[in-house]
Amino acid sequence: MRRGWFAAALALALAIVLTFLTLPVVAIFVQQPPGDLVAALGEEGALDALWLSLRTTAAALAFILGVGTPAAYLLATRRFRGRAVLITLIELPLVLPPAVAGIALLAVAGDLHLGLSLTTAGVVVALTFVSAPFYLRQAIAAFEAVDPTLLDASRTLGASAARTFWRIAIPTALPGLVAGTALALGRALGEFGATLMFAGSFQGITQTVPLAIYDRFATDFTDALALSAVLVAVSAAILLAVKLVRGPDVLGGAAR
Amino acid sequence: MRRLIALAGLLAIAGCGDDATVSGGDGSDRPQVVVSAASSMKEALTSCAPRFQDGEVRLQFAGSDELAAQIRQGAPVDVFAAASTKLPDALASEGKLEAPVEFASNRLVLAVPAADGKVTSLDDLAQAGVKLVIGAEGVPVGDYTRDVLAQLGPARSDAILANVRSNEPDVKGVVGKLTQGAADAGFVYVTDVNATDGKLKAIELPADLDATATYAAGVVAAAREPEAAEAFVDDLLAGGCHDALLAAGFTEP
Repeated sequence: MRRGWFAAALALALAIVLTFLTLPVVAIFVQQPPGDLVAALGEEGALDALWLSLRTTAAALAFILGVGTPAAYLLATRRFRGRAVLITLIELPLVLPPAVAGIALLAVAGDLHLGLSLTTAGVVVALTFVSAPFYLRQAIAAFEAVDPTLLDASRTLGASAARTFWRIAIPTALPGLVAGTALALGRALGEFGATLMFAGSFQGITQTVPLAIYDRFATDFTDALALSAVLVAVSAAILLAVKLVRGPDVLGGAAR
Repeated sequence: MRRLIALAGLLAIAGCGDDATVSGGDGSDRPQVVVSAASSMKEALTSCAPRFQDGEVRLQFAGSDELAAQIRQGAPVDVFAAASTKLPDALASEGKLEAPVEFASNRLVLAVPAADGKVTSLDDLAQAGVKLVIGAEGVPVGDYTRDVLAQLGPARSDAILANVRSNEPDVKGVVGKLTQGAADAGFVYVTDVNATDGKLKAIELPADLDATATYAAGVVAAAREPEAAEAFVDDLLAGGCHDALLAAGFTEP
């Protein structure tokens, strides 16, 4: 009897969680007829925003993967003084409010006269800054979980350090790296605050999808809903794709 | 059944936000007036609101168009004070706002960083390489900016608009880009320049251009504290907040 009561309470808690998390997302799709949403996407500004979001996110991810992967490998496989401090510094943007990220980028760009603010390159910088830690964290954990004897065996058998990295470490850590990429991708696509403060909002140059949603929500709610629906669909697709390719546990934690 | 319970849970959570009255320091219950006001009034209203006698004022600032959209979507707001007459009139015609009244005027100016000499007049704005930041279309300051530029004729207007690097969602966004040196010039209200303590410099627009912005406010039709809301609108018209607006550089409507 008591167990039945407890099971019902658990089910109720789950029902509340599900309702709370899914109701607003469902509302995006049902408040307007689907036809209106599709038509709103045909608007020139909406396509510009989607295209810009894709380009800037791809550029940010290319940088994060290219530089972040070796950096994470170094941090994961070497032990040295100050390593924990370094990792904490790298993870800091993860918990920084986006507005703080925007102010920080404005301040550094102003001091160094980089000329990045209000440009597409500035958007890439903002996306990279806020999303890189998501990848780095996962990548460090994934490389740490690679069995060191595997790497030692590879070296003993005559493979160079670089070849060991490419042929052993990366393939073994791949599920974690893919999960980190997905998290960074999702974060970059949704970036709003830092982009608006640092890069501004201009159609085709700096107005990514989240900024376009914000720009429209006061004047054209249907357009804002349509773009939101696209972001929901893309985000869901990322989540699903990762789960299908790498198994359901991939987004769960560090590397297996 | 389970769905009903979940719904009840949600309603209970929603109910927690329902705090229309707050206890005053003397133990009496004072009505809480929620005021949605245009960003440009931030400094003035923040200074006068604590002295408002008829209730506890809770202020929220954003672009007037956003605030109007929130009210349209049913946000619990008592007073809407906009940087235009257009948005309150539109809400009133939809039955969402009681008849709005004009309570102050502001003036659009060209603002530049005080330390930067790149832009010294309206004519400089069309030069190549000038980074201009303005309000987005639909936001009052953005619409006033486009109205003023349209008075210059299509050739000059297009040349200037070609240098726009960002369409900001409210006037504070424009001010922020200028004070941080991210842009060379922007169109803001003269009161915004006054509020930057000398970081920005105002370049007055030629007298033959109409650069006046008229501010209007009204009580939201669904206001939970209509009497206190009415009193706050009166205060904007001729009270402590009206004086604060004049002190900040606003003028009579």
